[in-house]
Amino acid sequence: MQKTQHFKPVQFIIEVGILVVIFTLVQYLISAGLLNQYYQINLASICINIILAVSLNLINGFTGQLSLGHAGFMAVGAYASVIMTTYMELPFIVGIIAACLAAALAGFIIGVPTLRLRGDYLAIATLGFGEIIRVVLQNIDYVNGPAGIMGISKLSTWPWLFGSVVITILVIVNLVNSSYGRAIISVREDEVAAELMGVNTTKYKVLAFVVGAMFAGLAGALYAHYFYIIKPETFNFMKSFDILVMVVLGGLGSTTGAIIAAIFITVLTAALQSFPAIRMILYAVILVTVMIYRPQGLMGNRELGRRTFGRLWGDKK
Amino acid sequence: MVNGLSLGAIYALIALGYTMVYGIIMLINFAHGDILMVGAYIGFFSVVVLGTNIFVAMAIAMIACAVLGVVIEKVAYRPLRNSTRIAALITAIGVSFFLEYTTIFFLTPNQRVYPAEAFPVTNYDVMGITLSSKDIFVFISAVVLMVILQYIIKRTKTGKAMRAVSLDKEAAMLMGISVDKTISITFAIGSALAAAAGVMIGVYYNSINPLMGIIPGLKAFVAAVLGGIGIIPGAMVGGFLMGILETLVSGYGSSLYRDAVAFGVLIIILLIKPTGLFGKNTGEKV
Repeated sequence: MQKTQHFKPVQFIIEVGILVVIFTLVQYLISAGLLNQYYQINLASICINIILAVSLNLINGFTGQLSLGHAGFMAVGAYASVIMTTYMELPFIVGIIAACLAAALAGFIIGVPTLRLRGDYLAIATLGFGEIIRVVLQNIDYVNGPAGIMGISKLSTWPWLFGSVVITILVIVNLVNSSYGRAIISVREDEVAAELMGVNTTKYKVLAFVVGAMFAGLAGALYAHYFYIIKPETFNFMKSFDILVMVVLGGLGSTTGAIIAAIFITVLTAALQSFPAIRMILYAVILVTVMIYRPQGLMGNRELGRRTFGRLWGDKK
Repeated sequence: MVNGLSLGAIYALIALGYTMVYGIIMLINFAHGDILMVGAYIGFFSVVVLGTNIFVAMAIAMIACAVLGVVIEKVAYRPLRNSTRIAALITAIGVSFFLEYTTIFFLTPNQRVYPAEAFPVTNYDVMGITLSSKDIFVFISAVVLMVILQYIIKRTKTGKAMRAVSLDKEAAMLMGISVDKTISITFAIGSALAAAAGVMIGVYYNSINPLMGIIPGLKAFVAAVLGGIGIIPGAMVGGFLMGILETLVSGYGSSLYRDAVAFGVLIIILLIKPTGLFGKNTGEKV
């Protein structure tokens, strides 16, 4: 049982302080030119992947609904934001909000019918929807079909990336620790029992799905405005699979696990850039080995955080 | 229409593998499409390197893939038989990527052209319809394989064991059936059928590549669901329906939407009748 966490001002200030220090440090390194382009790109990828992994973890890990269409929502977000910023020349914040709303809407439209399905069927249906989103984007001339959109201005700066990561983690952690979160976890543990206890399982599944999709849309918007170019092919099944590997590796149902795995996988990807085939073989081996020997993922559903570091804060638990 | 039938025959063969594996261990074998790819490559090399004819190549591919299927089941799926279905599904995806990228690593991601001399194409004119020897080859070998499969399942002891295990694993075990052995045999047969389908796709489309298994695999899965997953005649009917539907869509509509149609069909079925055309409704037991 998780004890109710009372608000502790000192601890809160320390935590905010740590975040501010990390933020200013990196900001200083970038503005002083100490981080070259290569590290900056990796940093951006890490931020985007953290958002993706944490949001997919809400769906796959906490709600226990295996979704393989996360890249589809990312695509919706990316395209929505680019239409706002590049086509209509509105400010970036409008693009981001549009991305979140569009992806959440897509999540709702897809979630309501498919979440009636269970397990394997849901996985295939979400995979199907992800692919349908991609095929549809390929056939819309307004967004240049398969060629994609080029020349997007680079608006995802470090403050945006960092801020988005913090907001994503805050929202999802608080959601999971709220009464909604307990309902969501009860769906994962035993859907029938949860339903008997009066939990409206469909409602909570859709809620988790929509929130997860929304943050995938956010990640898509950040991605589009960092890498200048988006095309439907970027958001194919492979991308969903990448995110899934992070979630599984980190532990289904552990936010800190998802963050650590997102960082680890991004760094690994960067290190193995010249050997794409080896990278994928390694992913596959990691996935199968983790599932066989540690099906709950490296972190299981434990969190690294206040409890683990409790002693640092003099917090006698 | 003729194209649709031969395409449908290929889908039906793949769908049979999905359905048999699902029926027996409740696992969507994501790696099935990749076994097909491996089969196509083995067929390719046996034609090019060993110089065999296409039927021998198909037999070699089937035997090799049967072994591969059994090995995959032993190494990756067996340790997970009692864990959650999500864990098993993720493992299956892992195995699928492992096969794809190992092939890319060793054989490069490039397309390879199936040797034309392995299968001379002639066109026959039957009552105003042009039949290519490819179509006839694909259709007839698929039907022969399906008849053999039906015979194994309905008339032999192994088939009886397979049906028993898929009905109730514990009861089958109590009756003295070796469940492990039966599951291995199921994987062997399913993989052999996939390999045959792989060689057929090679002959039919003339080119193969390491990622060729994904799309036919997914479509065949849709076919299996369409017919009612776990039900063998359902998979055959579903396969043929998918093939014909797809040919019609790319014939009359946009061929770009062809891949989306398969998934659209899947989602419609899952929403209207998740058990498929031939499925029975079974309530969930607690």
